[in-house]
Amino acid sequence: MREKVVEIRGLEKSFGDLDVLKDVNLELYKGENLVVLGKSGSGKSVLIKIMVGLLKQDSGSMNVLGREISTLKTKELNELRLRIGFSFQNSALYDSMTVRENMEFPLVRNVKNLSKKEITMKIEGLLDSVGLPQSINQMPSELSGGQKKRIGVARTLILEPEIMLYDEPTAGLDPITCGELNALINQVKDEYNTSSIVITHDLTCAKDTGDRVAVLLDGEFNAVGTFEEIFPNAEDPRIKSFYDYNFINS
Amino acid sequence: MTEKAADRKPLLSKKIDKFFAGLADAWNFVLRFFKELFVPPYEFKEVIHQCYRIGVESLPLISLTGFIVGIVFTNQSRPSLAEFGATSWLPSLISIAVVRAMGPLVTALIAAGKVGSSIGAEIASMKVTEQIDAMEVSATNPFKFLVVSRVIATTLMIPLLVMYTDFVALIGSFLSVNANEMVSMTTFFVQVFESISFLDITSSILKSLLFGFTIGIVGCYKGYHSSKGTEGVGRAANAAVVMAMFLIFIEELLVLQIVNAIRAF
Ligand SMILES: Nc1ncnc2c1ncn2[C@@H]1O[C@H](COP(=O)(O)OP(=O)(O)OP(=O)(O)O)[C@@H](O)[C@H]1O
Ligand SMILES: [Mg+2]
Repeated sequence: MREKVVEIRGLEKSFGDLDVLKDVNLELYKGENLVVLGKSGSGKSVLIKIMVGLLKQDSGSMNVLGREISTLKTKELNELRLRIGFSFQNSALYDSMTVRENMEFPLVRNVKNLSKKEITMKIEGLLDSVGLPQSINQMPSELSGGQKKRIGVARTLILEPEIMLYDEPTAGLDPITCGELNALINQVKDEYNTSSIVITHDLTCAKDTGDRVAVLLDGEFNAVGTFEEIFPNAEDPRIKSFYDYNFINS
Repeated sequence: MTEKAADRKPLLSKKIDKFFAGLADAWNFVLRFFKELFVPPYEFKEVIHQCYRIGVESLPLISLTGFIVGIVFTNQSRPSLAEFGATSWLPSLISIAVVRAMGPLVTALIAAGKVGSSIGAEIASMKVTEQIDAMEVSATNPFKFLVVSRVIATTLMIPLLVMYTDFVALIGSFLSVNANEMVSMTTFFVQVFESISFLDITSSILKSLLFGFTIGIVGCYKGYHSSKGTEGVGRAANAAVVMAMFLIFIEELLVLQIVNAIRAF
């Protein structure tokens, strides 16, 4: 049996009268890319925000790297957060800072005793691996959407996380850039040995990056398995419509 | 009629509830500031950066208004004093008015408009675009980096700016007095410094510290608690200015009572 890095059991979360997550059960195994599919507003972002303690569940268990998130004190939570990379839906780059300062920000505050040269080398290395070495002194406002996404990923990688959470890495990007980001996600997995959750509604992304796919429908995961197991001949009309929309002409 | 009253009641009680909840929220925010102020790590670099920004943002406007306030106030006071043949008291009158009231008030109101709104908008937009969440998940403390550093910066910078405004206003006043009453610079400033007391200066500085703190904390609070969405940013900036100005006037009034009590003592 492979090692589980994330285990979610009976997780529930609602906002006022709105029940977003009703009974979520899921596990992420070490070294795999798990794609989470679901329509807009189904609670995908909420789920991974609970995973890093930005939101708190109403009930159920969220176990990450052996720790129960909701029971952690601030200090323990912060120690755990260092081992998790969170790439935000809209990149969330600090817009008053250059790319270099964006990447320095988590590094200098969490890793002590690094020399200036080591920091620069680390930043340059990561920018190289996301394919944007020339952007180091640019401001986020000077970057395109796809470039921002890459820098966002690079910024989370700088602390060498064991788990990566990608919130819609390809949303709003053209097909070519989508392909590049999918390649980046796979490259991160191989190079940095991470386990990842990739949230998306883009089936090409799911197919290219996912070792397994989980579909979030009405607050729970209805189908979990490999892409081939779930898709082309899905019976649930909601899952089917996902597939039909994405591959209507193929 | 009775129906209407019944309709209104829950609405009113809801409003009152909301008001007190907001008050408790704001109080906790202030407490949190003082708690985190003394706990390392310290964001020295960000404090310096913010001090610089506040100075640069408000200096041009403050120079202009301070100067104009000095000239206008002098010219407006002249006729009244001339009636008693007391225009030689102009420097004393002006220095007391500027140091005790006008300098701190004008500076604080302008800074509330310039600095308070920009802090409110900046933090609100960082919240809307999840930059604050991003800091949190990278295990750094956004409250310390954003709020504590900005409030320290405004608290330190407003008193400096007030001294600068006082100075510029007195220069403006001197130009007017010099042109009309042919008073030399030395005579003017000797008279100015003779009329202001130690209490005037200390109370002016303490008041400015309070104003600075108010501008910073209100801007940060409104930004931090802005509603999601882009219109939340504008609303936060606006609310920061309105609330800060309102509090500045209340504080001015309170400090005035206290200082007058001390003076009478
Ligand atoms: N902080 C919050 N307060 C209140 N409601 C929230 C909050 N965060 C999310 N929600 C609600 O929870 C639901 C799920 O939101 P979530 O952001 O997880 O959707 P999503 O699946 O990520 O959708 P998308 O694909 O559009 O990003 C939405 O209806 C949203 O309005
Ligand atoms: Mg989302």
